[in-house]
Amino acid sequence: MMLFNRQQTQLKTLPHLDWLEAEAIHIMREVAGQCSNPVLLFSGGKDSICMLRIAEKAFRPGRFPFPLMHIDTGHNYKEVTDFRDKRAAELGERLIVRSVEDSMKRGTVVLKHANESRNKHQSVTLLEAIEEFGFDACIGGARRDEEKARAKERIMSFRDEFGQWDPKNQRPELWDLYNARAHKGENIRAFPISNWTELDVWQYIQREGLELPSIYFAHQRPIVRRQGSIVPVTELTPAKAGEQIIDLQVRFRTVGDITCTAPVESDADSVEKIIAETATTTITERGATRLDDQASEAAMEQRKKEGYF
Amino acid sequence: MQLIEDHGLLRFLTCGSVDDGKSTLIGRLLFDSKAILADTLSAIEKTSLKRGMQDVDLSLLTDGLQAEREQGITIDVAYRYFSTGTRKYIIADAPGHEQYTRNMVTAASTANLAIILIDARKGVQPQTRRHSYLAHLVGIPHLVVAVNKMDLVDYSQARFEEIKADYLAFAAQLGIQDVRFIPLSALKGDMVVDRSENLVWYDGDTLMEILEAAPAAHTEHDEPFRFPVQYVCRPQDSTNPELHDYRGFMGRVESGSIKVGDAVTVLPSGRTSIVKAIELGGEPLREAITEQSVTLLLTDEIDISRGDMIVKTDALPTQTKQVDATVCWLAEAPLDRARTYLLRHTTRETKAKVAAIEWRVDINTLERQAAERLQMNDIAQVSFKLAQPLLTDPYVDNRGTGAFIIIDESTNNTVGAGMITKLAA
Repeated sequence: MMLFNRQQTQLKTLPHLDWLEAEAIHIMREVAGQCSNPVLLFSGGKDSICMLRIAEKAFRPGRFPFPLMHIDTGHNYKEVTDFRDKRAAELGERLIVRSVEDSMKRGTVVLKHANESRNKHQSVTLLEAIEEFGFDACIGGARRDEEKARAKERIMSFRDEFGQWDPKNQRPELWDLYNARAHKGENIRAFPISNWTELDVWQYIQREGLELPSIYFAHQRPIVRRQGSIVPVTELTPAKAGEQIIDLQVRFRTVGDITCTAPVESDADSVEKIIAETATTTITERGATRLDDQASEAAMEQRKKEGYF
Repeated sequence: MQLIEDHGLLRFLTCGSVDDGKSTLIGRLLFDSKAILADTLSAIEKTSLKRGMQDVDLSLLTDGLQAEREQGITIDVAYRYFSTGTRKYIIADAPGHEQYTRNMVTAASTANLAIILIDARKGVQPQTRRHSYLAHLVGIPHLVVAVNKMDLVDYSQARFEEIKADYLAFAAQLGIQDVRFIPLSALKGDMVVDRSENLVWYDGDTLMEILEAAPAAHTEHDEPFRFPVQYVCRPQDSTNPELHDYRGFMGRVESGSIKVGDAVTVLPSGRTSIVKAIELGGEPLREAITEQSVTLLLTDEIDISRGDMIVKTDALPTQTKQVDATVCWLAEAPLDRARTYLLRHTTRETKAKVAAIEWRVDINTLERQAAERLQMNDIAQVSFKLAQPLLTDPYVDNRGTGAFIIIDESTNNTVGAGMITKLAA
């Protein structure tokens, strides 16, 4: 009986970041090859910044075969939206911004109360934009390690004409043979970095020397502590009566809508230090920082069924 | 920052049912490798209490979806990640219930190693045989038989040896060559990551040591170069005049390797040329190896489009309008012999009709039976007539050019998976 051993194999294999990058490039090119009008979702966040580098590696010296699009809640950190615009301009690629506030004006998004997080309402604006431009595929930077419901999502994930995801009726996905076919009005969500973890993302940022919005690095910020979370004090999220505002050294692990993104306490002011912190952390990325995902154990699954990314 | 040696990425599959402790084993791997993070754990503790269980149930970490949590079973393939610092792992967790064959074939298609769980009290079961057959069928090169729940058989070496002998007897029938055995208790953590005082008679590697040492490539032999073209880059509209004649053929090396200067043939046209340059993101490379995504430039101006394949001239695949394949049917709707399906192979697509269903295999007895139609989870030998030629190798020689999926054009669903067999002699 033969026993296997890595040392005995002479064949070269790719280091893990190269493998992940090669897989992501392959997926992006499949979307470009199979779909007629795809779009790449770009928020200015770290995952979508990696996605842009992957798109450069996939398609340069040509132009990207898709525009970039951001669904803006109107409640994003200025550092991030400034970065978004700057990066798109540097790449010379077309950036489309569609705003939840416009959906509110149209009456298609109705908030339960003025302070309700607009994060989940991005689904409505996204579906409106898909219809406006006739996109047949949206390429996104979601990762399976972010959240339980994502662990079972396909790399090419089919959505019906209401943008709904049916976790019990997903297309089987075998080998690297992706099926991005959709009828008119239906839509494919493609996730090239499905197999990446938060640590992989940071290692890739380091290796590629990618620039990030400043709020990813440790900085002083006024915050309050609320139910175990650190809540940044902003115009949109003022301190409640009786809460004590303190200046804390923090950084953001995910950046999204201001009303639902919390920073973590950290001194990590460089990518190297963030990698060291990420490798040893005992708290998941969304667990500590996304106030909206904590609502219930099945919160993400529910939102995805409704068309959320 | 000095990074530790990188042994790449290993994708593996866990086969077994909840009863065998599969989810517990995965939970244990994640837990012991410190990847189960504090806040996830606290959520798990709450749920366990709600379900009236006393200990933390590691298996709850791997049940992803709401419906499954309600039913207490896993119903789809889920992917999990952990890293040891030297290697990154992707676990495909295939469930053990009704849609088992379909899900296991899906999970196995990207795995290079399979862990087959056996409950030490029950020994080799019909499902062990089924798991092993499917893992072997889908071409997973390395099998690890994990005899779990050793704590419930008093860590008996005799029991372990008995199960090992039983397994080897039928593994030989299946033609399985590379298999290792390990006694463990996922619940207690014996021999998963840490050695165990309870298993002093076992001097082999722990499960984690086996995973760390397993080859990451899905083959250990040099396969011929296969480069299906995904996309053609022609940046004519660029303001850079140097790019006006640029024709980059973009794709992923499915197998083998290629260097600048190598002689290549473009199929199906048969035109030959020389590799002028290999690029990644516009930067030159000297060589590209298996699984690398690159752009190839050729010395001759040849019309090439998506679906064509660039290969080395000295090793051509078979160009054929008929394929014989082992098929796993994946859809609720049975295979309809009267219908035309779409077959997707590498970056090519062709319409296809069933010419014959040679036999269907009874997954429990492995006997071959005559069949007129195929239901979900059936495994069968099928021959297809194709509208357009495919460029194929037998699946046993080359996963990348031996595999295809079957698509139902009316729903666009993926309804079948095929593995091309050697042409009948």
